[in-house]
Amino acid sequence: MKVILDQDKCVASGQCVVAAADVFDQRDEDGIAVLLTSDPTPDQADDTRHAAAVCPALAIQIQE
Amino acid sequence: MTSTVPTAGELPADIPDFPMTRAAGCPFDPPPTAMAKQQEAPLAKIRLWDGSTPWMVTRYAEQRALLADPRVSADITRPGYPLQTAVAPGSRSGTGSFILMDDPEHARMRRMVTAPFAIKRVAALRPAIQKIVDDLIDGMLAGPKPVDLVDAFALPVPSLVICELLGVPYSDHDFFQDNSKVVIKRDAEPEERNAAMAALSGYLDDLMGEKLAAPADDLLSGLAGRVKAGELTRQEAAQMGVLLLIAGHETTANMIALGTLALLEHPDQLAILRDTDDPKLVASAVEELLRYLNIVHNGRRRVALEDIDIAGRRIHAGDGLVFATDIANRDPEAFPDPDRLDIRRDARHHVAFGFGVHQCLGQPLARLELQVVYSTLYKRIPGLRLAAGLEQIPFKHDGVVYGVYELPVTW
Repeated sequence: MKVILDQDKCVASGQCVVAAADVFDQRDEDGIAVLLTSDPTPDQADDTRHAAAVCPALAIQIQE
Repeated sequence: MTSTVPTAGELPADIPDFPMTRAAGCPFDPPPTAMAKQQEAPLAKIRLWDGSTPWMVTRYAEQRALLADPRVSADITRPGYPLQTAVAPGSRSGTGSFILMDDPEHARMRRMVTAPFAIKRVAALRPAIQKIVDDLIDGMLAGPKPVDLVDAFALPVPSLVICELLGVPYSDHDFFQDNSKVVIKRDAEPEERNAAMAALSGYLDDLMGEKLAAPADDLLSGLAGRVKAGELTRQEAAQMGVLLLIAGHETTANMIALGTLALLEHPDQLAILRDTDDPKLVASAVEELLRYLNIVHNGRRRVALEDIDIAGRRIHAGDGLVFATDIANRDPEAFPDPDRLDIRRDARHHVAFGFGVHQCLGQPLARLELQVVYSTLYKRIPGLRLAAGLEQIPFKHDGVVYGVYELPVTW
């Protein structure tokens, strides 16, 4: 699994951090999402998919 | 497919008025007419107060798709935008703020206030929120009963929290709570609403003046810094303060009181919540109550910028769109057995905070406040019960945000 994050689309809702805190974080200055890893482990995969599904800005893409 | 596209001449005569009315005795369920429209089709024409007939988007999948579609605008000044109420002469919108703008201006302004609502920043507030909740419960337990839970608890919790975050003196709570109530009343006269908005704007402008002169460690002072740096006008900063102050206390207050009422009416669910120490189950209960109650029940408003083909229909450029998220959150395609309150279900994909780039900015704070409240109140007052019949509870049928005006409780 590979995760692609479009920071220009991000609206800093933080939903990805709630869903997968090991994969996503937020920038201190404006809450925009950052990737902690673009290659989640198999046990992070479900949470990462959920993060992509609930992102209100559709800023997270997943390549399986 | 073109045959399914209705033109003006083919519109059915029985276009229902919106907002619609809930069924008597079903205070937690969306209006039956809205649910019937959802069953019929993903889009339905509705009639607003001004006679206009925008689309109501009825189903979960189409709501998410359209709310995230850049061809759909939140700009209240565009022709065709489905206005909630009459706009008084001289006022642009009633709340001239970034929730009623499109990108890039919306994104520029939103990003100025996103940092304090980041998950980790909000999580750091947990001890302070827990103390606020505990102190208010101490006060209730020491005072007379029955007591109005709205007045003694539901409204003070988020008001104290947002005052602390923004840097607004809590001693002014009567002033901003009363004016906020007018602003979000469905049937307030335009002049009345304008006066309340003007009072709040003037108040925030004065506060902005104080923060410019003597900045503190709070959100309004952060905005004052941006005013000094020339990134925002003082008026824009004050307007953002008004938005955050209203949104920061009214909505959460309603979720606390209405959520408590819903749990009291579902004692099996209340018992599960009261008896658990599992933070994941508490978080799950918060998501389910957000879904089930969906207190923003007036429909999110948008207007189409281009023709959009969806679900076999054509939305034309300039058509108004009303997203009834309350019924999307009861769409059986997204939530099996949707009318059942089940705090153990996975409801995290609900749209109670909206969807798309305008999704609620304060949702991490709202979630945390509700998690603290729901995991504390029923444990500390296990005998909590209504001190009136359900039929005597005054519901906010006339509110842009649903809830209860009063909730008499005892224990």
